[in-house]
Amino acid sequence: MRLEPVANPSIARSLGFPAAALLLSVVVASGLVLLAGANPFATLGLILKGAVGSKFAALETLNRATPLIFTGLAVAVAFRAKLWNIGAEAQFYIGALMTVVFGTSALGLPGPQPLVVMGFAAIVGGAVMLLGPVILKTRFGVDEVVTTLLLNFIVLLFISLLLEGPLKDPMGMGWPKSPRLDPDARLPRIVTGLRLHWGFALALICAGAVWVIEKRTTLGYEIRAVGQNPRAARFAGIPVNFVLVKTALLSGGLAALAGFSEVAGLKGSLTLDLSPGFGYTGIIVAMLALLHPVGVVVSAIFVAGIFVGADSMSRAANVPTYIADILLATALLLMVFAILLTRYRIVKG
Amino acid sequence: MDIVDILLSASFWAAAVRIASPLIFATMGELICERAGILNLGIEGIMVIGAFAGWMTVYMGFGLWSGVCVAMASGMLFGLLHGTLTVPFGLSQHVVGLGITLLATSSAYYIYRLALPAVSSPPRIVPFKPFEIPVLSQIPIFGQAIFNQTPLTYLAFGVVVITAFVLYRTPLGLALRSAGDNPAAVEAQGLSVTALRMGAVIVGSGLMAVGGAFLTMSAFDSFFFEMVNGRGWICIALVVFGAWRPGKALLGALLFAAFDALQIRLQQTELGALVPYQVFLMIPYVLSILALILMSRRAEVPAALMIPYNRGER
Repeated sequence: MRLEPVANPSIARSLGFPAAALLLSVVVASGLVLLAGANPFATLGLILKGAVGSKFAALETLNRATPLIFTGLAVAVAFRAKLWNIGAEAQFYIGALMTVVFGTSALGLPGPQPLVVMGFAAIVGGAVMLLGPVILKTRFGVDEVVTTLLLNFIVLLFISLLLEGPLKDPMGMGWPKSPRLDPDARLPRIVTGLRLHWGFALALICAGAVWVIEKRTTLGYEIRAVGQNPRAARFAGIPVNFVLVKTALLSGGLAALAGFSEVAGLKGSLTLDLSPGFGYTGIIVAMLALLHPVGVVVSAIFVAGIFVGADSMSRAANVPTYIADILLATALLLMVFAILLTRYRIVKG
Repeated sequence: MDIVDILLSASFWAAAVRIASPLIFATMGELICERAGILNLGIEGIMVIGAFAGWMTVYMGFGLWSGVCVAMASGMLFGLLHGTLTVPFGLSQHVVGLGITLLATSSAYYIYRLALPAVSSPPRIVPFKPFEIPVLSQIPIFGQAIFNQTPLTYLAFGVVVITAFVLYRTPLGLALRSAGDNPAAVEAQGLSVTALRMGAVIVGSGLMAVGGAFLTMSAFDSFFFEMVNGRGWICIALVVFGAWRPGKALLGALLFAAFDALQIRLQQTELGALVPYQVFLMIPYVLSILALILMSRRAEVPAALMIPYNRGER
C-alpha cells in the first residue's frame, strides 16, 4: 500500500470525503444507539429538535457555541503553527479568574470601561499561561503537549484553592463559588429578553480578526511558514521562536476570552464546573473546521448543537448523553482521515 | 508525624509501590510505542477503557485474570485503530492520539451508563488480594514494601524486565529501536517498519490498558468517572524522565509514586493543617513538569519519533 499525491483535487473530492466522514460518524453513533435499545432515527430527531427545534433551543445552542468559538480559534491558531496547545482549558479558567477578580472589585469606571479592563486582564492572563510552556519549548526543548496538559490539572486545583479560600463568596452558603460580578461588569444581552449575550458577537469579531491576521498580515504568513517547515522558515529569515511566542500570546488570549465571556456574559461568577471541557472540545472544533477561522464558527455551532441536543435527548430517551462525545470523537478521527484522502490516493504495491 | 518517621515506615513504601504499579504498566506501554517512533497520546483514554473493561468483566461474574485479559484486549483494539491511522496513513500523531483518548473515554462512560443506568454509588467487585512472598517479605522496610503486593504489581515489575530484555537483548528489540531511530535502515534490511510500529503501538496500548485495570481491580474495587485523572499524561512525562530506558523509567515511576504517597501523608501532619490540600494535590503534576525540564537537555529522543515513514521517500 502506498499513498500517491493527487495533483489537483476536484471539488467533489475535497468536499465528498469530509462529508462522508461526518455521515459515517453518524452511522457509527447510530449503531451505539441501537445498542442502547433505542431507535437511531428517533434519537437523531430528538437531538436535532433539542438543538434547533425552538427559539429557546437555538439560542441555547448559540450560547453553548460561544466559548467553543473562542477555544476553537485558540487551538486553530496554535495548531496552524504546529504549536500543540492542549491547555485551552487552563487558559479558559485563568481568563475567567481575571474576569472575576477585576469584575468584583468595584472599579468605579463609567460605561463599558470595566468590561474592557476585565477582557484585557483575561487576555493577558491566558497569554501568560501559554507563554510558560512555549518558553520551555523554545529554550529547553520541552514538549508543549505534556506541559500544557499537566497545567490544566494544576490550574483547576489552583482555582479550587482560591474558591475555597480568598475568592470564596461569603454569601455562597459554603458552596465553592466566587462572589457575583458587579452589575456594571456584565456583558449585556444583544436583544433584550433573548438569552444571548454580547460574548457571541465578540466571538464572531474575533473569528473575523483571526481570519484577517492569517490572510492579510505578515504574522499570518509567518505562522503558516513555521507550521509547515520550521527549518525552512528559519532559513528564510523568519524568527521562528519569536513567531511561536506571538502565536502563543494570540492563542492563550483567545482561550481566555472564552472564560471572560462565560463569566461576564452568562454565569456571573466563577465555579469549578464553569467549563464542561470547553478547552478540549475546542480541539475537535478546530480540527472539524480544518483550522479555518470562519469554519471554526460553523463547526462550533455544529458541535454545540450536538451537545445541547444530546442533553435534551437523553432526558427523553434512554440513551446516555456521552453519545455526543462518541459521535464527535469519531467525527474527528474520520475527518483527519478524510482530509488525507482529499490530497492522496491509496494505491496498491 | 515527622517526615523521617514517614520515610522509615514500611507502609509508606508499600503505598509508593502500589501507586507506582499502574504508572509502570502504562509507562512501559508508552515507552515501547515511542521507541518504535510513535507518540501515543491515546494513553489517557486507553487507561480509562482498560480500567472500565477489566472491572466490568469481573463485575459480570468472570475471574480477575479474565478481566486483565479483556482490559488488555480493549487497549489493543484502540492501539490497532491508533496504529492504522498513524503508521500506514501517517496522520498527525497528536490529533489521532487525542481523538483516541476522547473516543475511548466516552465509550467507557457510555457503556457504563448503559449497563448501570441508575446507580448512585458505584458497585464493587472483589479485587486482587495481596500475595505475601515468604521469607522475602520479612526483610525490613523494602521487603515488606515490595513483597506483600497484589499479583498485578509483581506483573508490573515483570513487564519492565521483559521490556528491557526484548528491547536490548533480542533482534526484535534492535529492529524496534531502529524503527524509531532510523526507519530507512530497517527497511534496507528487509524488515517492515509498518509492521514493527503497528506491533509496538498495539502491544504498548495493551499495557496501558492493564495499567488502567490496576486502578479498578487492585488499587480500588469500583469504576468511577475521572478516576485516571491525568495519570496517562504523567506517564508520558515519565518516559521522557526515564530517557526512553525501561530501568530509568521504572525508577522515575517509583520516585514519583513516593512523592505522591508522601504528599498524601503530609496532608495529615501539622503542615497539612496550614497548607490548603490543593497544594499537595498539585505536587505530582508540578513534579512531572520539573522532571521534563530537568531531563529534556540530556535525553536521547528517538530520532524518528513523530515522523511518519513513507517507503520510497527520501
